[in-house]
Amino acid sequence: MTETLAQCVGVSRRFGNFTAVDGVDLQLGRGEVVGLLGANGAGKTTLIRMLLGLLATSGGQVLLFGEPPSRRTRQRIGYVPQTLGLYDDLTPAENLAFSEAVFGAAPEEGGRQVMASALPESLRPYRRTVVGSLPLGVQRSAAFAQALAHQPDLLILDEPTSGVDPLARARLWETVAIAAAAGTGVLVTTHYMDEAGECDRLMVMADGRVVAGGTAGQIIGDARVSVVETGSWAAAFAALEAAGLPATLVGRTLRVPGADPADVRRALGAVEASVTAAPATLEERFFELTLTSSRTRESA
Amino acid sequence: MTAPSPGSGTGSAAAATQDWWGTEEASVRYGDKLALDHVTFRAVPGRVSAVVGGDGAGRTTLLRCLAGALAVTSGRVRLPPSLRIGYLSAGSGTYPDLTVDENLAFRATAYQLPAAVARERSAGLLERAGLSGARDRLAGRLSGGMRQKLGVIASMLHQPDLLVLDEPTTGVDPVSRADLWWLIAQAAANGAAVVFATSYLDEAERAVSVLALDDGRALASGTPEEIIAAMPGTLRVSDARPEGEARRRAWRRGGRWRIWDPPGQPAEPQEPGRPVAPDLQDAVTVAILARELAGAGAESVELEAGGSR
Repeated sequence: MTETLAQCVGVSRRFGNFTAVDGVDLQLGRGEVVGLLGANGAGKTTLIRMLLGLLATSGGQVLLFGEPPSRRTRQRIGYVPQTLGLYDDLTPAENLAFSEAVFGAAPEEGGRQVMASALPESLRPYRRTVVGSLPLGVQRSAAFAQALAHQPDLLILDEPTSGVDPLARARLWETVAIAAAAGTGVLVTTHYMDEAGECDRLMVMADGRVVAGGTAGQIIGDARVSVVETGSWAAAFAALEAAGLPATLVGRTLRVPGADPADVRRALGAVEASVTAAPATLEERFFELTLTSSRTRESA
Repeated sequence: MTAPSPGSGTGSAAAATQDWWGTEEASVRYGDKLALDHVTFRAVPGRVSAVVGGDGAGRTTLLRCLAGALAVTSGRVRLPPSLRIGYLSAGSGTYPDLTVDENLAFRATAYQLPAAVARERSAGLLERAGLSGARDRLAGRLSGGMRQKLGVIASMLHQPDLLVLDEPTTGVDPVSRADLWWLIAQAAANGAAVVFATSYLDEAERAVSVLALDDGRALASGTPEEIIAAMPGTLRVSDARPEGEARRRAWRRGGRWRIWDPPGQPAEPQEPGRPVAPDLQDAVTVAILARELAGAGAESVELEAGGSR
């Protein structure tokens, strides 16, 4: 068992009558990359705010490096928010220097030495440009560099790759993998199931609770979808909708999650089509889990 | 299946005979910057097409041309009359200080849609997209996903011949995204040629045809299968990051390393990894990488990645 960096035991957070996080257990070890998946309002951001020590729990316990969140534990965390958290009118190097002043100034309080070489090679050409004028992919690299500059033990990334091209995205994940290989534990939220493959394991949250966990394969399990191939997809789309079996369109093929091929065939009526079963994708399984959770909650 | 076109004048007659909307060799220059460089793109009625590329690739410029909002510097555009186009711009597209209902009523008036037709269509689409309970809320108070759904509904309410959506899913969670995909499919089922922009290739795979842009130029275009088939060279997958020169041709994906071997430069037997069949994401990544390596002058790489030029 590797050292546990972050641990949540039955953690809850209520805002008035609303329970944003409901009995969440989480354990993150050294060198682990854990992906947190969830719709808006699932509780991901609230959970992160509690881990950062910005928000108190209403119940349960959060431990960072074996102690409750504090200014001292915060200094061992690197955090990249969705909004990146950079000063637009400073250059990447100036942002880094400012961050150094915050994280590196007081080693006796647990602050870390910030390495001057922390500005990665890829950012050198931009060192004299203010962040606000940089392309989004470069801004994201700068935010990563800043979050990693004080060699944090725990890295928290909130939707880190939004809006960048696939090669730039691969390079950001490369940075994450290098940090993890050096022992940093990483907790990352994403809306994009393709990125789940970069994580050692996943946690799916819905309505404040963890509804599934494990690798993508474990979460998908034996979930299946019906696949409809037809020359007249628009007619098939309308027939399925009318039968209460909403389909998604992929190219000219329709996919119907959670529906039996025989039911789909019946719903199609006179529409000529071939209907087969196929394994669900992670996104389709995620959708099913989220929907089930909200139905359970409504009927409760 | 073809959309009725109330109030569109000669537009509907023209629409019935058009087999595509789009651009031919279109260029757009802002000062000394060429934002779009000889791009050919075709959107076909009843089909969904994707325009992919990162920040600054030229997606928004192309989509603004398709919406008729921006004139090309050179080249040609073929568009329906403006009343027969629907457009959702990136990041906005709704009026924050109007309610959901007011947003739709205002758009319906702008599109000269009879009020009764607008009310009926609005009710159906809002219900299906899970927005029925939010009709009296200010658009500015909606969550990002709800606002994007409203924006798409507002742009498709008049059942346009060409529907242009700039990053409809950015910042939208997977549940709202499923509603957006349904709306997009519905618009195509009504006969619209639908174009959407995204930076995510797994989203582009939903489209019948894809145009990948980089630095204003077409990197690759065609069906996902065509783009994959046009990828130059071959691909390996390895558990370990390659050493030496191959490092620059490698990128991380799914916890492993993809290594691209350009044409005429096959991997030596002792090099790590085993051959892997590329998918759309690999093919587009290779196109970006090939251009990057060629631009760096490090080596000559033939750019044959299925571009439209």
